[in-house]
Amino acid sequence: MGIEEKAGDLGVITTSLEYVVNWGRTNAMWPLLFGLACCAIEMMGAQGANYDLSRFGMELNRASPRQSDLMIVAGRVSRKMAPVVRRLYDQMPEPKWVIAMGDCAACGGVFNSYAIVQGVDEVVPVDVYVAGCPPRPEALIDGIMLLHAKVWREKISGRKEDPISLQQPLVRM
Amino acid sequence: MDTPALLDLIATRLPGVALAADEFRGDLRITVRREDLLALARLLREDPELGFTYLENLCGVDYLGRQPRFEVVVNLVALPAARRVCLKVGAPEDDPRVPSLTAIWPTANYHEREAYDLLGIVFDGHPALSRILMPDDWIGHPLRKDHPLGEEEVAFSFNQERIYAHKPFAKE
Repeated sequence: MGIEEKAGDLGVITTSLEYVVNWGRTNAMWPLLFGLACCAIEMMGAQGANYDLSRFGMELNRASPRQSDLMIVAGRVSRKMAPVVRRLYDQMPEPKWVIAMGDCAACGGVFNSYAIVQGVDEVVPVDVYVAGCPPRPEALIDGIMLLHAKVWREKISGRKEDPISLQQPLVRM
Repeated sequence: MDTPALLDLIATRLPGVALAADEFRGDLRITVRREDLLALARLLREDPELGFTYLENLCGVDYLGRQPRFEVVVNLVALPAARRVCLKVGAPEDDPRVPSLTAIWPTANYHEREAYDLLGIVFDGHPALSRILMPDDWIGHPLRKDHPLGEEEVAFSFNQERIYAHKPFAKE
């Protein structure tokens, strides 16, 4: 957001602008169609009719990174796939967020070997970690709501907070 | 045609090719030399009485500490006759080369690439032998018994500061 950073703190105008911008960003955050392994099944389950992600504005997953805001890394990332993940992340326009879904994306999961990247945060910066193998759709929705709460707290300066892990409580909006 | 008859038929057509033969759960297993592999494979595919047209599996084995160290195991199935045969070809460690079966069964293409990628067994006559599972610039053959596992120390709450200080996290 260029104008606001140049104008500085305009008091109530800045606060209202932050409110509107963050409202727009959270209510229509489009995920990238990016299921890698088993966690993709739970992500599809969360997207489906029973646990509906459309009610959070994620009506559709965009296949093109140029048109998406959120990358849910669902599944284990192999060392062969890591440059591809990084390239897709670089192709996403700002503002963008990353959810590391599942144990393999968070820390390597059960795979402690030469072939699997031990945590996707070695490749892309992560905002929210969702634990589980695989996390239930409700857990993924909990992670998405944590991300929405984090985006609500974002300031015009654009500097991001530290990644959220499960120790922090869910912030009521 | 049961297993002894099958072995006799092969011995009649190609005498002396079977170094060792036994039966496992009703199926014939033959150990052959790598020089005889192509002739035996062509016989098994093209002979009208045999007709093993389906290569079900081709994989490599690493017997570390045994001579020869590597072995290529080929499972063949004759679908109309419902028969299976298993060929085993040994390859020593200093010269892990085995003739390629791609010209006879085209499906062997990917199987041989996997055996080359993971074990380092080179298949002579393969049209395009390259890595298939590991990244193209990977050094080493992961499924060899002397390849390191590449494990990382698991981070718990009591040691995570020390581990995360050295972990290469991505910055923006």
